[in-house]
Amino acid sequence: MLVRMLKAEELGQAYSSGGQELDVLRDVSFELEAGAFAAIVGPSGSGKSTLLGLLAGLDRPRHGRVWLDGQDLGALTEDQRARVRAEKIGFVFQSFHLIPTLTARENVQVPLELRGLPARERAEELLARVGLAGRAHHYPSQLSGGEQQRVALARAFCHRPRILFADEPTGNLDAATGATIIQLMAELNRESGTTLVLVTHDNELAGRARRVIRLRDGRVVADSAHPSLRAVLP
Amino acid sequence: MSLPFVLRMAAREGRASLRRLGVLAGAVAAGVGALVAINGFTESLQASVRAQARALLGADLAFGSAYPFSDAARTRLAALQEEGGGGRRARVARFAAMAFLPRNSATRLSQVVASEPGYPFYGTIRTDPPGLWGALGPEDALLDPALLSALEARRGDTLALGEGRFTVRGVVTEVPGDVALRSALGPRIYVAFAAVEGTKLLTFGSRARHEEYLQLADAAQAPRLAARHRAALAAERVSLRTVSEDQESVNDGYGRLGQYLGLVALVALLLGGVGVASAVHVLIKRRWESIAVLRCLGAGAREVMAVYLLQAGALGLLGGVAGAAGGVLLQMALPQVVGEFLPVDVDFAVSWRAVALGVALGLWVALVFALLPLLAVRRIAPLAALRRPYEEAPARGDRARLLAGAALVASVTLLSVQQAPSVAQGVVFAAAVVAVLAVCALAARGLVALVRRYGPRGGPYVWRQGLANLHRPANQTVTVVLALGFGVFLLETVFAVQGNLLRDLRVDARPDRPNVVFFDIQPEQRARVEGDVRAAGHAPEPAVPIVPMRIHALKGVPASAFLATSAGRRGPGPAGPGPAAWAVRREYRSTYRDLGVSSETTVEGRLWSPGAGRGIEGPVPVSIEEDVARELGVALGDAITWDVQGRLLESRVVHVRRVDWGRFEPNFFVVFPEGPLDGAPRSYVTMARIGAPDERTRLFASLARAFPNVTAVDLTQVQQAVERVVSRMALAVRFMAAFTLLAGGAVLVGAVAASRHQRVHESVLLRTLGATRAQVLRILLAEYAALGTLAGLAALVLAASASWALVRFVFESPFTLPLPGLAVLSAGAALATVVVGLLGSREVLSRPPLEVLRSE
Repeated sequence: MLVRMLKAEELGQAYSSGGQELDVLRDVSFELEAGAFAAIVGPSGSGKSTLLGLLAGLDRPRHGRVWLDGQDLGALTEDQRARVRAEKIGFVFQSFHLIPTLTARENVQVPLELRGLPARERAEELLARVGLAGRAHHYPSQLSGGEQQRVALARAFCHRPRILFADEPTGNLDAATGATIIQLMAELNRESGTTLVLVTHDNELAGRARRVIRLRDGRVVADSAHPSLRAVLP
Repeated sequence: MSLPFVLRMAAREGRASLRRLGVLAGAVAAGVGALVAINGFTESLQASVRAQARALLGADLAFGSAYPFSDAARTRLAALQEEGGGGRRARVARFAAMAFLPRNSATRLSQVVASEPGYPFYGTIRTDPPGLWGALGPEDALLDPALLSALEARRGDTLALGEGRFTVRGVVTEVPGDVALRSALGPRIYVAFAAVEGTKLLTFGSRARHEEYLQLADAAQAPRLAARHRAALAAERVSLRTVSEDQESVNDGYGRLGQYLGLVALVALLLGGVGVASAVHVLIKRRWESIAVLRCLGAGAREVMAVYLLQAGALGLLGGVAGAAGGVLLQMALPQVVGEFLPVDVDFAVSWRAVALGVALGLWVALVFALLPLLAVRRIAPLAALRRPYEEAPARGDRARLLAGAALVASVTLLSVQQAPSVAQGVVFAAAVVAVLAVCALAARGLVALVRRYGPRGGPYVWRQGLANLHRPANQTVTVVLALGFGVFLLETVFAVQGNLLRDLRVDARPDRPNVVFFDIQPEQRARVEGDVRAAGHAPEPAVPIVPMRIHALKGVPASAFLATSAGRRGPGPAGPGPAAWAVRREYRSTYRDLGVSSETTVEGRLWSPGAGRGIEGPVPVSIEEDVARELGVALGDAITWDVQGRLLESRVVHVRRVDWGRFEPNFFVVFPEGPLDGAPRSYVTMARIGAPDERTRLFASLARAFPNVTAVDLTQVQQAVERVVSRMALAVRFMAAFTLLAGGAVLVGAVAASRHQRVHESVLLRTLGATRAQVLRILLAEYAALGTLAGLAALVLAASASWALVRFVFESPFTLPLPGLAVLSAGAALATVVVGLLGSREVLSRPPLEVLRSE
């Protein structure tokens, strides 16, 4: 039987802007089983990043709840959610977000080291896996964009997360480099059985996902796994 | 260059940067404020001295001598008075004496000021109750307030001075030209000149200063008369001062004091400059892309530089104006710190010269320090707008950089020279500042390189990340270490020097070392005084004879010839060719013995063998101390003729000694062999160790009763008095050094603020990756602890070296490192760094991790 990894239940988020409440997310619900590869797509301003933040426990929703690997994130304090992230979640960002004062290998080690676990061998193994064994001692500023994103991928998988959130991971890369990154991410996903949530506005990229959730104006307008919405898909 | 563009851009950019860089205006302001305050205050002080110059001297002409005026001097004085169209004269005698209060048996070594009616002719001596000065009868005494409380005396009490008996009438609250702190070293008793004889204290052997004050009917004649009679009076060992000379020497002295303190203030300003340089450096790095875009749009490198130079200028101007305003306020507070040193009440006046100079300096320092980092703008190619190079091109040593560097060095040197008393001192100071800054910078760079290359491989992750932060791009490690290190260095140096000087003066606490001295014991009193000390249960040291004498001739040339030609030169030091006037004029209190003592070492020659002086024919061999030998210009074999109370005695230098003056022992410039001085009038000095204070009090009282002419000195009291003086001086220096620390603190706050953006970004990222708040906090803690510790350590090492050099070569005394005290100061600085750093990073902890998604 499939294990449920992520569940969003009637998620809603609003921000006040200039004295006005602005709904950015309304009534979003879906479930993902372990090992799934899902893409959240939509034009900019559709609420993708907000949704990602709520799913990863970076923020608290105004309405609704998120369960991650069976845990209700809303019931946890910020530091407890940080623990959950350190143990179960991996991240890949559009602008890589490597720590500039650490070498490539040290950057990869961070998630394990935050938990006080030995990290060096695992980091070297992953750097080799993404093809950067020879660059372990380079600082981010000495690496190209594609190389930096590969380091970020190694970091994301370093602590064997149950789920990986990728936020426009190819947005700052040229098409060829971006394709390599996605290829690599898909492979790692397969090898480790990690659940993968990809946020993008790139339909082509989203096409590689086994499930596509489409957002517009803060609502789910299509969900490939949801029979009633299947018709709306392009 | 398009000026409107530059101005508009600077204004727009400045709005944003000012919020972040405003604190650096505070660093500039701290320096400017300290400078304006000290310079303005010195100017006010000098104006006050000028306004009160006649009251400072108390007369149109003042004459003084270590001896009673000779008949020749007296005749000349009368002639001088005649030439000046007549006028009034008043004699004043000043001497040390034991004050004894029979009612409660209290004793205190005091300075007696005995004056004739009329003195001072200018200015008013104020008393409490008022009006006592003019009505001082032959049996009246007025006391310093400090002495009144030390003796626990009351108005109406009987006070004994020698054989004289006086009634305490009140206290003297204000004497023009008197420095309040001086009473700590010798509290005063004021009596009528007519009463001196009755005390029998000015008999042979006691030291006194004899003075005559002259008010001329035509005061304008004073300088001419002074010039005319100075040499002849000098030959009679009488020195003379006019109002303007007095004013000049007072103003020179305080001007120098102000300049030294101003130099300390200057350091604060330079640290502000370092802060500005660092801020500009960071600003340029952060604006790299937008500058590249400007270049793409057609702005020239010069225009972009001008945009940022204008902002730095605005910062400097802001700091300068704020600092000048603060400095004026501070100037009003300065009398609290240095008031006890001052001979006059200083009337507060805003010195617009100091204010204008301060604002200009703030502006100039900001501009000249901003220039070097600004040159990086030229390296931002328009291409950078499209793609930022992974590795920045290294800075080139081109002409512009050399010029900017030269301008910086020249500015620092010029600022030091204009603030220092002499060009040489200014240059040395500038070199020292640059050296200290260089050591701090090197230490910081060394640490960064070390961490980067060999960084700690083991240990908890948070500490490694914290240390790695020291070399993050656009880090301000060097700036912070420089600014903090310098401030702490100054404070620690003052602390270490003060400690060493005071230790030197500390009474030897070992139980066998003497702590009381009895002076002026007459030969016939010697046995009985020693008996009394012994009866009190203490063994006195063997009494040492003292024979007062003066130099009659030096190498065959009469002393009066030297004195006449050197008249008008004051004080020790290089007085041109020939012997120093003070050394020829002074009264020598010599002793005789046939053995050396432990506080002396031979420099040259040999001491005579015991008994060699008995029945000697021809010149007597003498031993002379090396410093006074140098001042007199005499060497082994030279002849000195002494005037021993009217009898001439030929001598020849056979031995030169070095004396450890720091030891509380009877030490002498000149030592004679036993024999030749046997018949000379002399007094004795003896020492003893009396542990318990109340026993000292009892013995002093009984001696004061039996031998009123004997002066007893409690070395513990002397030590306390000296400590008070030294600590007041140290307070003044520390007060100025505090501004350096203030500027350093502002630079630290500025550096924390400048890296805030990056720090927030990094910690939000770490939180996203799963770091807890506590972990982020520990990373910050590690970073600031490393910074603070490095600054503290650099300061400690520098302060140890600087205080060693100062104590060893300037104060010429042995140096001990007060390591625990310095370590506490350094640790305090490190702690303060951590506190400021963490306070400045509160936001880092409060930002939700979500923002990492927004910063795309």
